[in-house]
Amino acid sequence: MSNVNLDTLYRQVIMDHYKHPRNKGKFEDNDSLTIEMNNPTCGDRIFLQFQLDGDTVEDVKFTGDGCSISLASASMMTQAVKGKTISEALAMSELFSDMMLGKDVDMDEFGLEDIEALQGVSNFPARIKCATLAWKAMERVVEEE
Amino acid sequence: MDIQSVREAFPILNQDVNGHPLVYLDSSATSQKPVAVIEAIDEYYRLHNSNVHRGVHTLGSRATDLYEGAREKVRHFINANSTKEIIFNRGTTTAINIVAQSYGLANVKAGDEIVITQMEHHSNIIPWQQVAKRTGATLKYIPLQPDGSVNLEDARATITSNTKIVAIAHVSNVLGTVNPVKEITKIAHENNAVILIDGAQAVPHMKVDVQDINCDFYAFSGHKMLAPTGIGALYGKEALLKEMEPVEFGGEMIDFVELHDSTWKELPWKFEGGTPIIAGAVGLGAAIDFLTEIGMDKIYQYEKKLVKYALEQMRTIDEITIFGPEERAGLVTFNLEGVHSHDLSTVLDTEGIAIRAGHHCAQPLMKWLGVTSTARASMYLYNNEDDIDRLVAGLKKTKEYFGDV
Repeated sequence: MSNVNLDTLYRQVIMDHYKHPRNKGKFEDNDSLTIEMNNPTCGDRIFLQFQLDGDTVEDVKFTGDGCSISLASASMMTQAVKGKTISEALAMSELFSDMMLGKDVDMDEFGLEDIEALQGVSNFPARIKCATLAWKAMERVVEEE
Repeated sequence: MDIQSVREAFPILNQDVNGHPLVYLDSSATSQKPVAVIEAIDEYYRLHNSNVHRGVHTLGSRATDLYEGAREKVRHFINANSTKEIIFNRGTTTAINIVAQSYGLANVKAGDEIVITQMEHHSNIIPWQQVAKRTGATLKYIPLQPDGSVNLEDARATITSNTKIVAIAHVSNVLGTVNPVKEITKIAHENNAVILIDGAQAVPHMKVDVQDINCDFYAFSGHKMLAPTGIGALYGKEALLKEMEPVEFGGEMIDFVELHDSTWKELPWKFEGGTPIIAGAVGLGAAIDFLTEIGMDKIYQYEKKLVKYALEQMRTIDEITIFGPEERAGLVTFNLEGVHSHDLSTVLDTEGIAIRAGHHCAQPLMKWLGVTSTARASMYLYNNEDDIDRLVAGLKKTKEYFGDV
């Protein structure tokens, strides 16, 4: 099997986030900002909860149904935005979109090395929406605030 | 059926994808096109292109003859009584919407019922949801058996004297279930309801006789039966179509136009507003010729054998779950334990194998199956056992790959 291409997509770190997602779960309280978003073309779903302190993301949790790429990306996104301000989180999302378009981006700005592993998704056009779902959900929830 | 010469008629199959010979197992989404269809469209544009039903010139007559000739081919193919009963349109979705908006809104009232099943494609759910919402009618579902089939007792219990419309798939695009449409038509008629059959997954693969079924409406798409995208047909009984109002108004469909009122052309043209899909119809005609030459019964038997082989081979993989009844049309919907269908589809794609992953435009059915997505391998007359062997090898490798990483 020609796994050369595949290995650029399914990097070890992605599979690690897929199998051991960070920040997975739900908050018990009722005052978190929440959003449920799906990818209507494939049925992937994400349920995202944010706890803000002023304009800083104090804590974030997610649950979801989806492929390895969408769930790994969600896991990484929650790690990346925790402790960041809303505007920093939004800037990161834009950076992520640029990365999916194959643009050269400064990986250091994510402050999370793991995200680089998702760069390979840009070579699989059919899978880009999987990777961006959690980020779009995050944008939607913080913009509503 | 000489499978080798059939395959040679489809140039697209003769290519490598991601370094491997293409295995195309996504014909339920759309079929590939034989040279005969591609050439018929090419020839139409090179030699005959013109608008229909108006030009006095020679090309206009030729285009009209070709367009109306295609209608006669469709009539003969599904054994309609008259070409007045064959309305060309964009495909199954458009056809169902015509019936929903024209017949549905005019005949369904508050308190009435519309009956469908839980295995329907979104295109045979949403138009009826809309009719129910606008009229105050109730949308009811015939429940499914555990294996994904419909039984007639359930149909009898769900369809009542309040039912005005029954709409059901002939063949499920997810489960491959072949529904007993003739019997369900009888039940609908005993309750004075009309019945529409979504034949998108049936007409390409089996002999369909609308007079034998005795259904009131039958909808299907060209692109799933070797014809180009953007052409399809609605069959309707003449007496019903005659009473129905058009849903699109404009050129081509009028008789007399005055300042404040107009009258419509006769059937079928009153439902074909605007310049029609002429080249598409020509392509559909060529596709019907191609299928007829091979024979629909032969195609059905061939696919039945192939899907049986596929089921046997796929079941050699322990981690596989296959959905749908044993007796089925040529498709297999499944999941591989521990691997999401998108990941599965991506891995197969790197092996040159094209399958569908996702909800297959049937979210209520996914819910019934208790899954959010599935993978589907769907076959047509150009697939062979090698394709199935490649699929099974690909599935085994996928399992290994995701086991390792």
